[in-house]
Amino acid sequence: MSAPLLDTRAPAPATTGRTPSQPVTVRRAIASEWIKFRTLRSTWATLGSAVVGMLILGLIVAYNTRDLSSNLQPDDIAPSSTLQGYNLSQLLIGALGVLFVSGEYSTGMIRATLAAVPKRLPVLWAKLAVFVAVTATCMIVISFVTFLSAQGLLSHYRPGYSLSDPGALRVVLGTGIYLTLIGVIGGILAWIIRSTPGALVAYFGVVLLLPLIFGELLGNWGKNVDKFLPASAGARFAESIPEGYSLTPWWALAVLIAWVLIGLGVSAVLLRRRDA
Amino acid sequence: MIEARSLTKRYGEKVAVDNLTFTVRPGAVTGFLGPNGAGKSTTMRMILGLDAPTSGTVTVNGKPYAEHARPLREVGALLEARAVHTGRSARNHLLAMAATAGIGRRRVEEVIELVGLAAVADKRVGSFSLGMGQRVGVASALLADPETLILDEPVNGLDLDGVRWIRTLLRGLADEGRTVFLSSHLMSEMALTADFVIVVGRGRLLLEQSMAQFIADASSGVARVRSPQADRLAALLGGEGVTVRSVAQDVLEVEGLPSEQIGIRAADARITLYELSVQGASLEEAYIALTRDAVDYRSSVGSAHVELAQAVAA
Repeated sequence: MSAPLLDTRAPAPATTGRTPSQPVTVRRAIASEWIKFRTLRSTWATLGSAVVGMLILGLIVAYNTRDLSSNLQPDDIAPSSTLQGYNLSQLLIGALGVLFVSGEYSTGMIRATLAAVPKRLPVLWAKLAVFVAVTATCMIVISFVTFLSAQGLLSHYRPGYSLSDPGALRVVLGTGIYLTLIGVIGGILAWIIRSTPGALVAYFGVVLLLPLIFGELLGNWGKNVDKFLPASAGARFAESIPEGYSLTPWWALAVLIAWVLIGLGVSAVLLRRRDA
Repeated sequence: MIEARSLTKRYGEKVAVDNLTFTVRPGAVTGFLGPNGAGKSTTMRMILGLDAPTSGTVTVNGKPYAEHARPLREVGALLEARAVHTGRSARNHLLAMAATAGIGRRRVEEVIELVGLAAVADKRVGSFSLGMGQRVGVASALLADPETLILDEPVNGLDLDGVRWIRTLLRGLADEGRTVFLSSHLMSEMALTADFVIVVGRGRLLLEQSMAQFIADASSGVARVRSPQADRLAALLGGEGVTVRSVAQDVLEVEGLPSEQIGIRAADARITLYELSVQGASLEEAYIALTRDAVDYRSSVGSAHVELAQAVAA
């Protein structure tokens, strides 16, 4: 510590007239969480990668499927084909959701946060609001940009899709909505587990491992469970081609939302109850 | 005003805080003293509602902390472990904290200035030294201009200037009528800062009294006097129940006579004093004796003395 920073002779009074301060409200908690969210470099690195990854992968898929005479699968030529980049983005958005919450626990910041908002739940709602607002905006916008530019690229080689084609608008919006909600599930896991590595492992388990185990390894029984898992239900809502055991897209969205609501409820109870 | 009533915290089998009752008054600095593991941090976390008591209650200005509409206005806290995200700059951390209370940028700049962080406010907190980190903590504690300050080991990691700065700051805040409650495991630090002292060991209250009383009780009555007329003074001071030893050229150790009496008698006899001090070591000894049975993590007597010697040297 360098000496010139200090003035030990004359400590200024801590106050000159009382500083005005206001009651804690959810709105003020949101203002605080928004500052926290935007003032970490990792936020923008992760969000930026998720956005850029979507676009680049969309263009690559479009270019690779330009020739209909080559050996293409049905989902390579469906409206959702050029949105496949969500498979990468969901990992980044999930990590963003995890870190927004677990970063508080790993650094000890949570104690300052909860001392400032001792009723605690406003912190949960504020983080949710900030995360959903930012992620939904970015991911829905990039889904549209990716779809339109990739289909635009395709149209140089073969007929592409437009937003007015059946199911096209649903998968474009669906991709953005799915990425937002699965990111919220990352945050929920972090509220429950309260450790960055633990929550990341749990998130990758939920998104990658569980669909693999139930969807591929346990036969028809497993597939019947799989369609209710958050990642599988979300994929159903975001993709054009249903798999054999799938729910309808809108039921799939309802299932994903139910997971989010249950998770938020559990997070709220634990946040209220546990020692910080 | 902080009031703890039968405050108890158990973690499984282990009792961290055991039926603790005490009051921290406004307008004074109250020291919270005890060996490591005595339950000081746990008690402070319970005051702030971060940990829930197993039983008992603690209120701040008459209400549990969490029930205050403007919590930062009631209590500013500096917690032991750095409660700051390492990836954020000091300024942004303070802005985020301030936003919960609707406090504007002007006050944030004011506290940055006040704690001497202006030059580094835009650097990431992770790159700060321990002492700088403490300053960030103090700044966020002062943000809403609170009635009560709770500081867990505030001088930890501060250099000498920083320690002096904290002392002066806390003194000033108490003199403005605020409640200042700080913990330490160092008696020497408390002796210089606190008006009242609450001593705990193994979660139990060992002592709650004024610092002056504690010092008076602790002083074995050994005063060190340095005077060019030491021989004359020695003759003056001697008497029933008083022992005067000459320990070096011009230096006496006087036992059994309050330092006030020594000073008065010297002045009456127009004897020049270069130095008159009550021996501080006895304070440490009184503290050690008080907490001896309650030390959880004592390695050896030797290391305890090394720690104290360092503390005294600081």
